[in-house]
Amino acid sequence: MKKYLRTFWNRRFLLSELVKKGVKLKYRRSYLGVCWSLLEPLLTTCVLTIVFGTLFGNKSRDFPMYILCGRLLYTFFSQATKTAARSIRANSKMICKVYVPKYLYPLSCILFNYIIFLISLLVLGVLGIYCGVKPTWHVVQIIFPLILLPILTYGVGMILATITVFFRDMEYLWEVILMLIMYTCAIFYYPEKIMNSGFSWILKLNPLYCIIQNFRDAILGQQMNIHLLVYAAIVSVIALVIGNIAFYKKQDQFILHV
Amino acid sequence: MKKEILVVDNVSMQFNLSKEKVDHLKEYFIKLIRRELRKDSFWALQNVSFSVSKGDRIGILGLNGAGKSTLLKIIAGVFKPTEGTVKVKGKIVPLLELGAGFEPQYTGRENIYLYGAVLGYSKKFIDQKYEEIVEFSGLQKFIDVPLKNYSSGMKSKLGFSIATIMDPEILILDEVLSVGDAKFRKKSEGKIMSMMDGETAVLFVSHSLDQVKRICNKAMILEQGHLVAMGDIEEIAQQYQDMIDK
Repeated sequence: MKKYLRTFWNRRFLLSELVKKGVKLKYRRSYLGVCWSLLEPLLTTCVLTIVFGTLFGNKSRDFPMYILCGRLLYTFFSQATKTAARSIRANSKMICKVYVPKYLYPLSCILFNYIIFLISLLVLGVLGIYCGVKPTWHVVQIIFPLILLPILTYGVGMILATITVFFRDMEYLWEVILMLIMYTCAIFYYPEKIMNSGFSWILKLNPLYCIIQNFRDAILGQQMNIHLLVYAAIVSVIALVIGNIAFYKKQDQFILHV
Repeated sequence: MKKEILVVDNVSMQFNLSKEKVDHLKEYFIKLIRRELRKDSFWALQNVSFSVSKGDRIGILGLNGAGKSTLLKIIAGVFKPTEGTVKVKGKIVPLLELGAGFEPQYTGRENIYLYGAVLGYSKKFIDQKYEEIVEFSGLQKFIDVPLKNYSSGMKSKLGFSIATIMDPEILILDEVLSVGDAKFRKKSEGKIMSMMDGETAVLFVSHSLDQVKRICNKAMILEQGHLVAMGDIEEIAQQYQDMIDK
């Protein structure tokens, strides 16, 4: 363990370079650059509000805010897991030439997406003023989902990265699974209707829904839901453990498959 | 008594040669059911043992597929050997196909930092040596141009300059001295020579026997994964020459 921490410390510069590379390359050669991480969620929220608010008749004033919260967290989760899944293959040239602790690649993907995600949280303030959502002291709760989210994402990312090395199909399969996750996150509809039907377990089983729900509660000034939070924490830790064990068991074989 | 800085002990490397590469789930399951998941194994290296001391400059000779590159990759830590151990004391800098870690969208300047980080340098070290790296590569004019616009020669020059900026204990060279134009080749050979004066041990792979004779003081011959001979350069070079002529 001590040795492990020491190599991590020695490699911190590489990790920071990889994270920097991710952030820099994401918006390189676009005119608005990093502004896109603010504009993109705003614009998609507009679209979703028009479709699910105006057309489907959710007239609530803070509905755009509700959508935006879900979208921001979901976008981070999907982007980060997708890039992490590809990370070993994408860096195969480096992996074949120089010894580098391999977990740095998926880890850097999670971190750079997390930084972009944190920047994009600024939009919440802007939209909050527009929708008249005033922050209450419940905002403090935001810390729990913000900690759980990267842990869950890193765990899932490690599992995906390991599988994708051996089976490329996983990338495409994951797209489909992501869609399922998106629809069971209650991003652009209120979950009450489903909660009162017999299918509430579908939402409650989805750890990302649990995290998003707690995030929204914090922003919209409601009591946090301890049950969902504890469940999400347990799933996140399990994913983290499984992801790391799978990765370490298989990492010596990566080179033969990339 | 010279200090041993690299000990390769009884190293063997086995590869699985599946007839076709199975990396799709569907194929995998079909083959699993049909019991077609045969694995033909193949030993790229078998029971190779040797040690390297400070100041040794070892040329590795052998025909294509003899296991030279596999051996270097095991020493560099990229492959984990199936059997046996490799003990390294000190820092290894591998110069295997230069510039593999470059990011084409990055400028030369950014790539110096990225590639340096991959090789395990610290930020402070690169800050200090930055000017030296740029000067040696001779790419001052192009350092803020994205790397995708570089010619392949320019990329190798930059890669060589970054990799050789520090004095490692062990330097691994896999046919890299044939990069760049004649002028840069001469310069890089000079650089390697000067590094070798400073107690750096060198492992050198080349198909040019002349080059090996010029640079190395020892040599080994690999044949189909076996270490056939190891000793002084003259003797081994003669033996290798005979082997080729046969």
